Amino acid sequence: MKRRTLLAASAATPLASIGRARGQAGKLQIVWWHAMTGVNADEIGRLARAFGESQPEAEVLPIFKGGYADVLTAAIAAWRADQAPHLVQIFEVGTGSMLAAGPATKQVWKLAEETGVVLDPSIYIPGVRGYYSLTDGRLASMPFNSSTAVMWYNKDAFAAAGLDPEKAPATWSDVVSSARAIKAKIGTPEMGAVKSPVTSSWMIWVQLEQYGAIHDLPFATKANGFEGLDAELKFNGPAQVKQWDRLLGMAKEGLYEYGGRDTVPDALFYSGQAAIAFGSSAGRGQIAANAKFKWAAAPLPIDPEINPNPINSIIGGASLWTMTTKQRSVAEYKAIAQFLKFLGTPEQDAHFHQTTGYVPVTFGGYEKSKADGYYEKQPGADVPIKQLARGTMTANSRGLRLGRLSEIRNILYEETEKALQGQQSGKEALDNGVSRGNRVLREFQKSVGG
Amino acid sequence: MERRTIFGGHLLPIALVAPQFLLTLIFFLWPAGQAVWSSLTRQDPFGLHSQFAGFDNFVELFTDSLYRDSIGRTALFMIAVSAVSMSLALLLAVFADREIRGRIIYRTLLISPYAIAPAMAAVLWILLLQPRIGIVGVWLNRHGVHWDYHLNDYQAMGVIVLASAWKQVSYNFIFFLAGLQSVPRAVLEAARMDGARGWHRFRTITFPLLAPTTFFLVVVNMVYAAFDTFGTIQALTQGGPGKATETLMVKVYRDGVVNLDIGSSSAQSVVLMLGVIGLTALQFRFIGRRRST
Repeated sequence: MKRRTLLAASAATPLASIGRARGQAGKLQIVWWHAMTGVNADEIGRLARAFGESQPEAEVLPIFKGGYADVLTAAIAAWRADQAPHLVQIFEVGTGSMLAAGPATKQVWKLAEETGVVLDPSIYIPGVRGYYSLTDGRLASMPFNSSTAVMWYNKDAFAAAGLDPEKAPATWSDVVSSARAIKAKIGTPEMGAVKSPVTSSWMIWVQLEQYGAIHDLPFATKANGFEGLDAELKFNGPAQVKQWDRLLGMAKEGLYEYGGRDTVPDALFYSGQAAIAFGSSAGRGQIAANAKFKWAAAPLPIDPEINPNPINSIIGGASLWTMTTKQRSVAEYKAIAQFLKFLGTPEQDAHFHQTTGYVPVTFGGYEKSKADGYYEKQPGADVPIKQLARGTMTANSRGLRLGRLSEIRNILYEETEKALQGQQSGKEALDNGVSRGNRVLREFQKSVGG
Repeated sequence: MERRTIFGGHLLPIALVAPQFLLTLIFFLWPAGQAVWSSLTRQDPFGLHSQFAGFDNFVELFTDSLYRDSIGRTALFMIAVSAVSMSLALLLAVFADREIRGRIIYRTLLISPYAIAPAMAAVLWILLLQPRIGIVGVWLNRHGVHWDYHLNDYQAMGVIVLASAWKQVSYNFIFFLAGLQSVPRAVLEAARMDGARGWHRFRTITFPLLAPTTFFLVVVNMVYAAFDTFGTIQALTQGGPGKATETLMVKVYRDGVVNLDIGSSSAQSVVLMLGVIGLTALQFRFIGRRRST
């Protein structure tokens, strides 16, 4: 699957010399760099074809450019050479960098204004829209593939441990007690392949960023960076320190397996080795394809003593940015705007949601999926959507708008890995994360002249 | 002196030198110059704001204790990789130098790892050593060794040294084998007649005669460990846990490509460039001197 995409991409690359924006049939050609593989890449291809067939003027040429970080780097290099593609898929942590890109991008509100194509922000789900909007509500980039963090659990392992497989742990103290019950049975025949009770993919995103959002705790000042480049990190508050100490304690007790950075621990869950796993809701397709046991998705657990009324979690994934070149014509921008509008139609959004496992980004797409009976057929597929729509969004749950956020995440991984080896405490890990991360933020601020 | 007169004018020599000169200019000197220039600026990823920063980037680097740690770690890594890969290669070369049946097959097999892409080699090592899915990793954990290189600084360093050294064994093997074959048989025969035994003969005759090869390989292995192991490290540990396996090259990649901090990343590549220039100069000097004496 992946190989085919790569071949298609390399075959298509010569065509994509950007100066020439005419396709074979005399249509305007819109070049779209993306980072999707497997089923998701097929769906990207389908969207491009469907758009080409839906109107006579333009066609979309999707090109696979590697992982998210590669796409961002390639887009920057291309823009500096005045060869930028029309559309790029940029991951959510790159949003801060793209917002500082000034003339390199044409933000959605400006695109709509200049081309006269109506791109109404209000059709998008607030949790998604907020992440990619300016503080006054104008859309900067177009929401595309969005996910959020959920908790996956192995129902068979729950049954084997004498827990109720239909009742997922709702609080962190439930998680700890369930993990202990599971640990007690590891090695028995009923427990099968399970070797560790809990693991987490994207540990920083899930256990710190999302944890803060749902409990309404700040990650950084200035509304998590939305209100200025001079934001300072704040994630070393007592609640987060408690959360970190708990995870470190669980690791020591053999209840939590670190597993690695980013998506590395994913496989621990679907190979049946970890009974509870935190991860992206977009992992649904992968789990369905690989897991040989009964499983379910549940909302992220909470700490009721910190906040009994959890609010919305924040999104991950990517959005689409329109890029500029010197010779790009109004007709091309208009075609881009029409394609973005096309992606937001209920049919396309619902289809994308149902085939990939990402959440619908529009109300229309969600309603259409309900009407299709998708959530009856796939129980639990609406868990991430409900979690994203929970409560009233605050400055702490809108998202993070920090330059070089991926670097800050890496710093936190490094500090946490030291803590997991017993070289420092949870508080020291987070304090070091704050001080090293603040240096990165100041460096970014200086570099963009803020 | 005489040869110069073969060319009548300037045009032909210029035309002959030009392609090589242009290639060097476009693919080496120009990018290197760009790196030096970027290392003196502070700029945002898109190049919208670029300001001259003097030696700020270098000062920041060398006042950062994490960078200094990275230099020490890289030196350790280079020494470890060179030592492991060269001693293994020498051992294998000594065995393959004997008159044994099918030695062409052994030699070919020993050379083959060199043809494997670093990322592929790393995947093979993951399949062996990963604590949960690797054959050796699972075996170790089952036998009471707490093996998890994702969370143990020393194990992680061991893993990348092993994987990087393994890839270089073939290269060293070829050179050592050639070196062994060029040791004059007469000298060895003479030593044998004087009663020098296997190990003694190797230590006093063969090994000293291999010295030029050994020195050349030390330099090549050092450069290899510093620059060409990026793919292996990235695939195995991404520099973690903590910063336990973050070599200078991994840091250049992370700061430049992932963090888009062009100024600092360029400054780091300039530092690396100076390192290579130093190593190469050392090599030329040493080998040149040996030839002339």
